[in-house]
Amino acid sequence: MTIAGGEPAAAATAVDQGAPRRGRGFAPRYPGWLTLPSLLYYAIFFLGPMAILAVFSVSIQSGFGSVTYAFDASQFSQIFHSDLYIKVFWHTLIMATGGSLLTIAIGYPVCYWMARYLTTYKMLALLLLVVPFWTSFLIRTYALKIILDPNGYLAKDLGFNALYTWKAVGIGLVYNYLPLFILPVFASLERMDWTLVEAATDLGARPFKAFWEITLRLTLPGVVTGALLVFIPMSGEYIIPNILGGGNFEFVGNAIGDTFSGAQNWPFGSALSIALMAALSIFVIVYILFATREEQFGA
Amino acid sequence: MTQATADHASAAVTSEEIDVEFRAVTKRFGSLTAVSSVNLRVHKGEFLSLLGPSGCGKTTSLRMIAGFEQPDEGELLIGGRDVSGVPPYKRDVNTVFQQYALFPHMSILDNVAYGLKQRRVSKKERHQQAAEALELVRLVGRDTHRPSMLSGGQQQRVALARALVMNPRVLLLDEPLGALDLKLRKEMQIELKRIQDQVGITFIYVTHDQEEALSMSDRVAVMSNGVIEQLDEPRAIYDRPLTPFVADFIGDMNFIDGQVVEAADGGFAVDAGQGVVVRGRGDVARGRRVRVGIRPERMAAHPGGGDGRANSAPSEVVTKMYLGDQVQIVARLASGSEVIVREQRTSADPALDTINPGDQVAITWDEAAPHLLGDAPHAVEKETP
Repeated sequence: MTIAGGEPAAAATAVDQGAPRRGRGFAPRYPGWLTLPSLLYYAIFFLGPMAILAVFSVSIQSGFGSVTYAFDASQFSQIFHSDLYIKVFWHTLIMATGGSLLTIAIGYPVCYWMARYLTTYKMLALLLLVVPFWTSFLIRTYALKIILDPNGYLAKDLGFNALYTWKAVGIGLVYNYLPLFILPVFASLERMDWTLVEAATDLGARPFKAFWEITLRLTLPGVVTGALLVFIPMSGEYIIPNILGGGNFEFVGNAIGDTFSGAQNWPFGSALSIALMAALSIFVIVYILFATREEQFGA
Repeated sequence: MTQATADHASAAVTSEEIDVEFRAVTKRFGSLTAVSSVNLRVHKGEFLSLLGPSGCGKTTSLRMIAGFEQPDEGELLIGGRDVSGVPPYKRDVNTVFQQYALFPHMSILDNVAYGLKQRRVSKKERHQQAAEALELVRLVGRDTHRPSMLSGGQQQRVALARALVMNPRVLLLDEPLGALDLKLRKEMQIELKRIQDQVGITFIYVTHDQEEALSMSDRVAVMSNGVIEQLDEPRAIYDRPLTPFVADFIGDMNFIDGQVVEAADGGFAVDAGQGVVVRGRGDVARGRRVRVGIRPERMAAHPGGGDGRANSAPSEVVTKMYLGDQVQIVARLASGSEVIVREQRTSADPALDTINPGDQVAITWDEAAPHLLGDAPHAVEKETP
């Protein structure tokens, strides 16, 4: 969610720098109060639940599914002193990182090929890649389960029996979030000025070097955006480890779900959520720092 | 200027060394033949322009020299060596791109030093050479800036420095001044010429601007539909166009078609009908239907009707315009085609001041003015240049 808030702001600054700033123009000026309905919606339905989470996370469990309001940080220390939860956090981080890297490895070449070599069918190809996104996430994951099933062709004929292991979870992560990565990366490769690559080879750079120093470098902001766009939801993933991991491979999301619905321990579940958000915020802050630096040359 | 350029060119022509040579080079894109069996020898140290309208094959030719395109047929030699299959990064040529193609994420100094870095020149050394190149193009104090912070003219200088610092055998320039405004373009033309004189590198310059090509080049290759129509010194291109295309493309030209009725002693007479006879110099067979071209500034207008002699055509004034020091008259011949006459006001008939559209004038020229431009086209065309 934090990223959704951060993105438009960054985009707006970029636009401001691109267009020459004029003094008093004839452009209509909108009164600030027009944003009130939006702000109200945000305050009630976005900040509200967050506030409840924050309050719950420092409250005390008093019986099954009820809380006593207090200021008690013991939930957090419980997380950091439990090997189980440290392990779950660690798993989540590794899987989300690995999943993001694999998404880059699979998504970037596809985007590169589409943006550079397709002309007539460029948009059709993009559409085909994004179409699965129009179907329910849950349905797609169940469909993937059939492919990975121990009785399926993949397992029987090719010997790849991965269901209910971390591999199946990884495949699910990459498959489900690939379109989210492809969109921003395709957009940045689509904007790429290929004469810059010609200029680099003209100046003596071999093709791979020209790719590395020019193409990849100039599309890096898109790659970072895309990677973050898939990393964040991967870290909070609940359905994929549940269906494809079969309970053998838990993410923080599953732990939170279990704590709320199984153990009915709301304060501890809230604390887990807040801890996950705090961890993800670190990545977002790194991204924002990177993005502001990149804007200086408007790539 | 023309004199000096011509001398420079003839010096280059006599020199032995050929930097770039096209031997019957053909390049096709699908069913389109972009370059059609072109032969061209570029001499060491010369400033050669490839001039022509868009789609004439000039940029494709340049891209073949750079190595971005491979010829389908023929041989392309750089420094006497066949370069077919040699990738751009191994060729001793560098390009100044039309839209500059500066690396937006690098400083000006790093942009200029990029090629030297590929050659593994030490950081200190390449920064020093880059700084010298920037000095050569007269862009100092911008080393740490990003390209986007520079004006178009300044970016142009960086692009030039980035290619020059490589000290290539041949510098390729792809309409480098196309994006600049007129005043800046004029300045950069002079700059380019100065820089070329200073570094002595062979320049191959692609442009569709005839004025630019004529004023800067030692030789000009006029291209159309994938072939070189004429390759010569600028003055010769203007004074002695060999084909109707060149005559039409370079400067303004009036065309008159007719039958050769007399041909003797290196002179000819063409009957253009309606009592107009064009006498000129040149060898041509009697009876042929030919096209002759006459430059507007080689014609003169006199009030009153014609006297029926050769090289005099009675016509009616369509418009009269004052262009500062010149007066321009568009007149309609009896055949219906229009001609443009441009005269220096100091030397023009003073009576021209009083003529108006609709008045009768006699358009005259001397025997040296008409150019033979080959066979007249069969179709009846509107003869407005």
